[in-house]
Amino acid sequence: MITRRDFCKKTMLVAGGLSLPLAALEIFDPKKLLAEKADKARVRWVFLVDTHKCVGCGFCVKACKLENELPLEANVARTWVERYVVTRDGRIYADTPNAGRDGFTNDKIALGLGKYQQVKKENIEKAFFVPKLCNQCENPPCVQVCPVGATYQTPDGVVLVDRSWCIGCGYCVMACPYGMRFFHPQYRVVDKCNFCYHRISNGMKTACMDACPFGARRIGNIKDPGDPVTKIIMRERVGVLKDEYGTKPQVYYLGLSKEVK
Amino acid sequence: MVHGELWTVKEFFVYPNEYIYWSIQIVMYPFMTGLVAGAFVLSSLYHVFGIKQLKDIARFSLVFSFALLPVAMMPLMLHLQQPLRNYEVMATPHFTSAIAAFGIVFSTYAMIVASELWFVYRKHFVETALSLGRKTHKGPVEFFRYLLFSALTLGAYDVSGEALHKDEKAVKVLAGVGIPVACFLHGYAGFIFGSVKANALWMTPLMPVIFICSAVVSGIALCMLTYILTMEIRKFIVGWKRKRYPTLSSQEESQIKSVEAHVVNITSRYLLMFMILAITLELLDLIFRGYTAVKSWDILRNLIYGKDFTNIFILQYGLGNLLPFILFLLPRLTIKRAALGSMLMLMGVFMMRWNVVIGGQSFSSSFAGFMHYHLPLIPHDLETLKEGLVGALAVGAMPFILFWILAKIFPLFGEEKSS
Amino acid sequence: MKSHVWRPLYLVLGLIALVLIARLFIVPKGFGVNEQGYMYGFYRKANEAEWKSLGAKYKTSEYCKNCHADKIATRKDSLHAAIPCENCHGPAGNHPDNPPKLEIDRSRELCLRCHAYLPYAASGRATITGINPEMHNAGIECVNCHNAHNPKREATR
Repeated sequence: MITRRDFCKKTMLVAGGLSLPLAALEIFDPKKLLAEKADKARVRWVFLVDTHKCVGCGFCVKACKLENELPLEANVARTWVERYVVTRDGRIYADTPNAGRDGFTNDKIALGLGKYQQVKKENIEKAFFVPKLCNQCENPPCVQVCPVGATYQTPDGVVLVDRSWCIGCGYCVMACPYGMRFFHPQYRVVDKCNFCYHRISNGMKTACMDACPFGARRIGNIKDPGDPVTKIIMRERVGVLKDEYGTKPQVYYLGLSKEVK
Repeated sequence: MVHGELWTVKEFFVYPNEYIYWSIQIVMYPFMTGLVAGAFVLSSLYHVFGIKQLKDIARFSLVFSFALLPVAMMPLMLHLQQPLRNYEVMATPHFTSAIAAFGIVFSTYAMIVASELWFVYRKHFVETALSLGRKTHKGPVEFFRYLLFSALTLGAYDVSGEALHKDEKAVKVLAGVGIPVACFLHGYAGFIFGSVKANALWMTPLMPVIFICSAVVSGIALCMLTYILTMEIRKFIVGWKRKRYPTLSSQEESQIKSVEAHVVNITSRYLLMFMILAITLELLDLIFRGYTAVKSWDILRNLIYGKDFTNIFILQYGLGNLLPFILFLLPRLTIKRAALGSMLMLMGVFMMRWNVVIGGQSFSSSFAGFMHYHLPLIPHDLETLKEGLVGALAVGAMPFILFWILAKIFPLFGEEKSS
Repeated sequence: MKSHVWRPLYLVLGLIALVLIARLFIVPKGFGVNEQGYMYGFYRKANEAEWKSLGAKYKTSEYCKNCHADKIATRKDSLHAAIPCENCHGPAGNHPDNPPKLEIDRSRELCLRCHAYLPYAASGRATITGINPEMHNAGIECVNCHNAHNPKREATR
């Protein structure tokens, strides 16, 4: 037989027990997070790539590797340059030999397995270069899947890796649709482009932007309406890569073509 | 050389940082967790659903499931680039990641299996501890055994009928709770892959279910295979003894034989059931991909019907599924046929893991290039040792070593007779 | 509740307590949920500053100007004025303290990065004078005939 006193006691217990996990869940409140996201930071780094201007010299790749202490001979890169050659009969060839570190100095397109393809001038419908770098996504899937909180998005929108905390599981590498992440050959933890965070945070530009003689790469702050990069992104026709993944990439492209992978 | 470069060969247009980062050990990981889950489900069929025919194999597969548990963790440790930092998964779990819950799910499951084992074997622990305790002169081995078994009793020496009845009830509850946890443990290994939106082959909500079904298949197949092996060894020992002492009766040998045939018969039925389920789902996934033919289908079709055709259709579906299916369905199942069938099924499930893990990384996310995986056979440094054939074989052999050790603490057979 | 059935549970609770206590010592200071929320902002805050504090190696031509204004002046009226000094001279780092001397890349390959002819009309390459590296004085360094700072001027070597 349950007395009223017992009933009240038990009800309180159950209610208390239920409210405990609810309180623990409060950090997930999306509204609160959105509010926090909206007002805190005055800076949101974005990048603008003008593919019309790129000549495929690869100075950006070399500068990036030296600036960020990634061995030149290591076959990974924080940024790279791709070449696309579309033939008259509609075939698309693409390559990025050594990530474009030494530029593109001949018309042999690498096919892998030691094979090359040469396309004659008269067979080329269009050909161009596309620099790639981390998109510093607004919804970075790589950060979402890190099991230990070793990679994160800074308040100014850059995705960083905590080298002292990364366990090297490679899940973030798998989660990035752009193939930006890799294992650093010396630190043996994940590494990636971070818009040269040490430079942009101290009033400089990224190493790739500084190395580009043609102005094909530019960094900007999308929260500053006066920023020339922001103006272009707002007023001109820009594209982004693979937006179908819902990552909201923040590297904008002028002159993007449907062939670009 | 950067991680992954050694065993990856690129063809056509692949992004510069893309390599096969998840190599053989990540094939082993879902395979091993699958075996754990499957073995546990098999033992629960008896404990929870009271399928009496499985009584003999239930206890066996429970111990085997426990032996497999630490091994499920091993491939992950061998795969991590910073294995010494493994504790971080427990220290700062980031639950938006499918991997983060691993530590918690895994330990929960380990505790359930350990507790269940404790209840099943408590009587044995108490009896052994008491009988060893009564001995006045104990050798060092006996003394160690005495300490071990005394600790294993956890101080509960009550083996009255009432207490044992409570044990049985506890086993039933734990086995009942264990099934969803086992399925979760493995289903979520499937979720780890299925939730990667960047990978066209992996991303499907069916992945966890497919993983569970094939897990149960592989778990039952391995238990059956090990069971047959153990029984054959027992038969051999009994036969050998009888040769030396012809006065012994042949009763025991024939008894083992009939028990074995019976258990194998029943178990194979459940095996087939789960296999049909697994294959149905896998084919559904394949058909769906072909029918909807989204952007990634071009490269996936190339991969499935071209590059990986042998791996998928011949090794996995043909030799790994269809052939054992026929072997088990043909009338008058013999022990040898059952053993061959289970072996083939194990191979089939392993190939399925291989085709998911390696296959999923065999094409570039540019959808315009391929990567070929070359398993390092002979180790020449730590990386090729850990993530090569030797590492995989070590992981594969480990459960049998552990099982052999555990069998010394948890007697697998003949408990009824002694009591 | 005084049944032996609960013993494994006590053991488990003990283990959980141990893990929780161990966490107090293991988790680094400042680790937690930051501005970007739990999904994207769960990290050790101090790591941001660690990244920020890395020194820059490429110092830009502005830095070179402090001492080498004369050299920079020579390229003023040249198309090569757009090329940062460090692209050929290497990252300045803390030059002239460390390294005291920069290694200049005078190789033919460096020039070919832009000046190897490629028939890519849709790219910026089309606007640059290009040569066929195999036909145009193969094997000879470009700087023997061309002035890198200002191609309009005489070669300095």
